[in-house]
Amino acid sequence: MIAIVDYGVGNLFSLASSFAAIGRNVKVTSRPEDLKAAERIILPGVGAFGDAARKLFASGLAEPLVAEAEAGKPVLGICLGMQLLFSVSCEFGEHKGLGLIPGSVRPISEVIPAGLKIPQMGWNGLHFTNPSGIFARSHEGDYVYFVHSYSAFCDEEYITATTNYGADLTAAVQKGSVYGVQFHPEKSGNVGLDMLRAFCEVSA
Amino acid sequence: MITKRIIPCLDVRDGRVVKGVNFQDLNDVNSPVELAKFYSDNGADELVFYDITASSDGRKIFTDILRETARNVFIPLTVGGGISSVQDFERVLSCGADKVSVNTGAIRNPGLIPEAARLYGSQCVVISADVKRVDGEFHVFARGGRDDTGIEAVGWIRRCVDSGAGEVVLNSIDTDGVKRGFDLEMLRAVCEVVSVPVIASGGAGSIEDFITLFKSVSGVDAGLAASIFHFGEVSIGELKAEMRRNGIPARIC
Repeated sequence: MIAIVDYGVGNLFSLASSFAAIGRNVKVTSRPEDLKAAERIILPGVGAFGDAARKLFASGLAEPLVAEAEAGKPVLGICLGMQLLFSVSCEFGEHKGLGLIPGSVRPISEVIPAGLKIPQMGWNGLHFTNPSGIFARSHEGDYVYFVHSYSAFCDEEYITATTNYGADLTAAVQKGSVYGVQFHPEKSGNVGLDMLRAFCEVSA
Repeated sequence: MITKRIIPCLDVRDGRVVKGVNFQDLNDVNSPVELAKFYSDNGADELVFYDITASSDGRKIFTDILRETARNVFIPLTVGGGISSVQDFERVLSCGADKVSVNTGAIRNPGLIPEAARLYGSQCVVISADVKRVDGEFHVFARGGRDDTGIEAVGWIRRCVDSGAGEVVLNSIDTDGVKRGFDLEMLRAVCEVVSVPVIASGGAGSIEDFITLFKSVSGVDAGLAASIFHFGEVSIGELKAEMRRNGIPARIC
């Protein structure tokens, strides 16, 4: 069973549907024991970091999630869920994240040229910088769907894919069994479904 | 590089896709779920579902269709039509919509966009404006293009964006259904004043119309059309190949 962490942020219908479409059993859950029982965990999220982090910590799910991740269970953070994996965010004040990957979440306006629209909204290509199990079925240049105004800044060793939006932005990260993607694989057509399939196949 | 998006629009009434010319003379075209799957498999970057049902029974059919589509189609879905409250946002978001477009609802209730943006984030609030020239001025029209509100359109769209809309669909009533190209003048006027993505709608009749659109109005992020896609007059695959030949970034899947 794959647990999709439900901590009251965003709508999980499409995400759950995408796992159903690749024949995987998912459970949208807010119960810590489900995170323990799951083979893999998905941390979704949309909206503002501070609000989401507050809800995640208040839900009582952050602690078991971190414990499972540290024990080596595969965890995939998606969009804001990926940003929450990091130590700290500067979105509307400074907020603490889960700290599973060292680094910070900062506005893309710090690095992209003026005049580009923010958020980056739409399909952009991936450039793979380090091997990652979730890209076992992917190809250089594959297009995925992004909606974000903030991005993760971290050591290059954790970055597995970048995307170019006037500057190279972090598109995917991995540290051990903890994975994160800034884009929405559940909205990226077959390319995205292939990444979810690959995540379901990475060894714990 | 981020690509220019191609978006088929599905007008849905009583569970069927229909398309009107200048908002009249509706014809049945196809099943929304099947058509959505077809477009997703054939290169559409996003889909817009527009609910043109008036009755509550029809609305129920629409949300069922939407849920069924979202179960099977994994590209972004925008839903519009009859959105007049945050409860309407909730209703379609819970069925799998990613973005919600408001039109008449935002004209009647100026508080709707800021409230929806606060609750769901600007990224899922789309202002869809039906605009027509009246005495040399761009006016916002309500109720599916039937009523002239008298509101000057460019300033109104900018105010919608300032209050929380994260994307603009600009539908020119003057060019809609005419198939002689998008309304470049109107699009330029709007792109000049907003910094969020702008989707051009109304007037596409050929591949060349999309090439002209993206080449001449750099601020436009996407082109939307309905009947030319539904009737196979333009294939999205061929359109995107032609975009690439013209140096316009397009996603080939």
